[in-house]
Amino acid sequence: MKLGSLLRTGLVAAGLLAGAAAGAFAQDKEPIKVGILHSLSGTMAISETTLKDVMLMLIDEQNKKGGLLGRKLEAVVVDPASNWPLFAEKARELLQKDKVAAVFGCWTSVSRKSVLPVFEELNGLLFYPVQYEGEESSRNVFYTGAAPNQQAIPAVDYLMQNEGVKRWVLAGTDYVYPRTTNKILEAYLKMKGVKAEDIMINYTPFGHSDWQSIVAEIKKFGSAGKKTAVVSTINGDANVPFYKELANQGIKAKDIPVVAFSVGEEELAGIDTKPLVGHLAAWNYFESVKTPLNEQFIKEWKAFTKNPKRVTNDPMEAHMIGFNMWVQAVKKAGSTDPDKVIDAIIGVSVPNLTGGYATMMPNHHITKPVLIGEIQGDGQFDVVWQTPGEVVGDEWSDYLPDSKNLISDWRKPMNCGNFNVATGKCGGKGL
Amino acid sequence: MTPSRVLTGMVSLITALALAGAAVAGDLGTLVVNLTTGGFGDRETAINALAASGEPRAAPILEALGAGRLYVRPADKAVVIGKAQGNQLDLTDALTGKPAGTASEDALQRVRINNRLRGVIDDAVGSLTLLSPDPRMRRSAADSLFKQRSPSALPAVEHALAAEKDAGIKRAFAEARASIILASNDASKAQKLEAISVIRGRGDRDAMGFLQAAASSSDADIKAAATAAAGSLNQTLAVWEAAQNVWYGISLGSVLLLAAIGLAITFGTMGVINMAHGEMVMLGAYTTFVVQQVILAYAPGLFDASIVIALPLAFLVAGVIGVLIERSVIRFLYGRPLDTLLATWGLSLVLQQAVRTIFGPTNREVRAPSWMSGSFLVGQIDVTYGRLWIVVFALLVFAVLILVLRKTPLGLHMRAVTQNRPMAAAMGIRTPRVDALTFGLGSGIAGLAGVALSQIDNVSPNLGQGYIIDSFMVVVFGGVGNLFGTLLGATALGIANKFLEPYAGAVLGKILVLVFIILFIQRRPRGMFALKGRAVE
Repeated sequence: MKLGSLLRTGLVAAGLLAGAAAGAFAQDKEPIKVGILHSLSGTMAISETTLKDVMLMLIDEQNKKGGLLGRKLEAVVVDPASNWPLFAEKARELLQKDKVAAVFGCWTSVSRKSVLPVFEELNGLLFYPVQYEGEESSRNVFYTGAAPNQQAIPAVDYLMQNEGVKRWVLAGTDYVYPRTTNKILEAYLKMKGVKAEDIMINYTPFGHSDWQSIVAEIKKFGSAGKKTAVVSTINGDANVPFYKELANQGIKAKDIPVVAFSVGEEELAGIDTKPLVGHLAAWNYFESVKTPLNEQFIKEWKAFTKNPKRVTNDPMEAHMIGFNMWVQAVKKAGSTDPDKVIDAIIGVSVPNLTGGYATMMPNHHITKPVLIGEIQGDGQFDVVWQTPGEVVGDEWSDYLPDSKNLISDWRKPMNCGNFNVATGKCGGKGL
Repeated sequence: MTPSRVLTGMVSLITALALAGAAVAGDLGTLVVNLTTGGFGDRETAINALAASGEPRAAPILEALGAGRLYVRPADKAVVIGKAQGNQLDLTDALTGKPAGTASEDALQRVRINNRLRGVIDDAVGSLTLLSPDPRMRRSAADSLFKQRSPSALPAVEHALAAEKDAGIKRAFAEARASIILASNDASKAQKLEAISVIRGRGDRDAMGFLQAAASSSDADIKAAATAAAGSLNQTLAVWEAAQNVWYGISLGSVLLLAAIGLAITFGTMGVINMAHGEMVMLGAYTTFVVQQVILAYAPGLFDASIVIALPLAFLVAGVIGVLIERSVIRFLYGRPLDTLLATWGLSLVLQQAVRTIFGPTNREVRAPSWMSGSFLVGQIDVTYGRLWIVVFALLVFAVLILVLRKTPLGLHMRAVTQNRPMAAAMGIRTPRVDALTFGLGSGIAGLAGVALSQIDNVSPNLGQGYIIDSFMVVVFGGVGNLFGTLLGATALGIANKFLEPYAGAVLGKILVLVFIILFIQRRPRGMFALKGRAVE
């Protein structure tokens, strides 16, 4: 008996020693490198710098928890300077020279399209955190932002049902995301019985700053006796003068509500929101959502940036989800090898900040709740409606004739990003 | 009736009964507590119940709810109205209207509403404030009833119409009455015909919508009258729309003028292709931001004057940086346009990144002083004060600049140096100093433009980029070296843009303007007003 217990104690002690040795050994191992591909200069710096900061925070926290697979994480930050070809160059540099295990980056669709061939050629992993137009699914990309059915379609449904909107202005900046989203929305509205003369589509150049006549047009379109709403895919800098002009011309949210897909807490930080109270935004996350996880996240963010006024927003949450999913998948696979991670990550589920779970689906999109928020006088959003559960991202829109038969499934044996269910073959329009 | 219909009917009957019960038994206290509980649907019924209760406190409570100032204090569940007082809220008890201490916003629970409820509240408040002693409240009540068109409000409107003394508001009530009559089913034909002429007299877009709706009436006479009224109103509105486009064009032109006028000096008279011109505008805007922050921190009372205080400072900041650039870079590059272009473009990137590093990449908020916010109506044109002041300011800057060039020694020297440098030097003018001052003047004016643009555009490091191409376009189109050409060029391009936008869209409109300028420059390479004389060579 005595001998037995002594033996047992010895074994435990040996085990502890071995563990300590392994720990010490882990510290000596090379760190795992994580690439951050966000513009820190140029026009997109306004949105993307925040995402770089949030990635640094997440990596820092993971390291405090002991790293990953017993190794430290190391961030490799590059600046593609809002220059689309430079995105591809920097992506190649990250994958070939720095040999990063995964890349978190891109904001605009055009930058994502520019790096896509690089990630496919070099078999890298890209986590893309921004809402986008869909119509894409790549084996090497994980789309943690919203697809159109996770943002645009529920927003239109909300306006139709809760505010009785009959007439629609689809206003957007002239590039691929608004054009594709509006194409989907137009098809969807027509399917719902909205007549062509009740839809007005308007595109403006990037950074458009003189909105007087367009807002007057919207006002005129909205005075035909039917309830009118504006669905805005206006991007970035053009939003501030747009909202200022709405306020100037006295368009109140209760007369013509504007629902925006690219306006979050960060964009509102530059304007006085009192005249805008009641205009809407559709996202999968709002800073104002009260959950313990979100409050903790906001606290950590403010502490990390040492700025009590910094706001959080939807793409930041998407990066947090994407990063946690990658960490889980690497643990599950026991390796950072891209092929193993791609297989392991499907089905991985992590908590989101609004009280639910995000799961990586076989089409490399995730499940998200859809929230509709109204702008408040303090620049935050009040959630006025949300989907009862999480919505699965639909990469190929069901409302476009070209893509309604396509699905994507990266599990074996299908392993295809554009499987045509009508012909039963892999390879349709798109990729 | 299907079972589900029966069920729905029963449920609504029960709800109605319960509501009636609540209205009878419930005092103001329960009515107000009902406002703060349940979902948005329950809140809507509670609002209507409160509005129908006839309580004198109903109007202020509903207004506070509509403005998002109604709170529940978690400590004692009291419903209070908050008024911002510094960082704290001054509270009044919603039921009694008596002061109820102060609290910070975080300690209270705001009663949330959505757009739909905002509309319901406005309608409810509208019918409650028809007899308010405040004329603005009566007018907004009349406007809201005009749009709402609910037949039940007709007796109240007629009562208010008879009691009203102010002629303008009386007309608004008459219009509200006409709009309700036209929409109702049990008004006589004669009443409806009279209503059509009253609504035609209002003459705005809303009236147009109602007339068009009435034009599909089954009664032939009403149909004819409404169609005729809508037709004649349409013509009037078309004229107003053209006038509105001209005004928008002038407004855009004034912005272009402000952005281009500094360039008309650096590029127009000195011949420096200054790609960093936009960044001078940006520096002016950031100066305004800094001035506002300082004023908000140390002397909030001066806030309305912040823009005026920022003007000389923005001129100085941009002007001094302009002189520095001229002395350190550009003076070595005179006569080498391509090198100047590249050097100034590099400078523009340096300045942008410097501002991004100092102020951060996000937009900065520059608020409008009270005299620059809001708008007024001229006929059917909405003229915003901000835009109006920018037009005035652009013309003022232009006039002062002309005076400086024509009437001051500096202006004389500048003209002498641009026309014949060796001769001017021979006459004892220190040409390098004049070069530096001219460049500084042009940059300073760009800084002034930045103060104005901070009111209508994003104050971000990229602010200048949006204006540089347009500025060059205006200067080249107007005639290089001719300030009046710049004025006319800016106005012409502004108006052309605004007339094209509604038809061709903003993107195609811009392309059309560019194509036009290219063709124009082919025919007249020196722009609208070519400078004659020695400077041409």
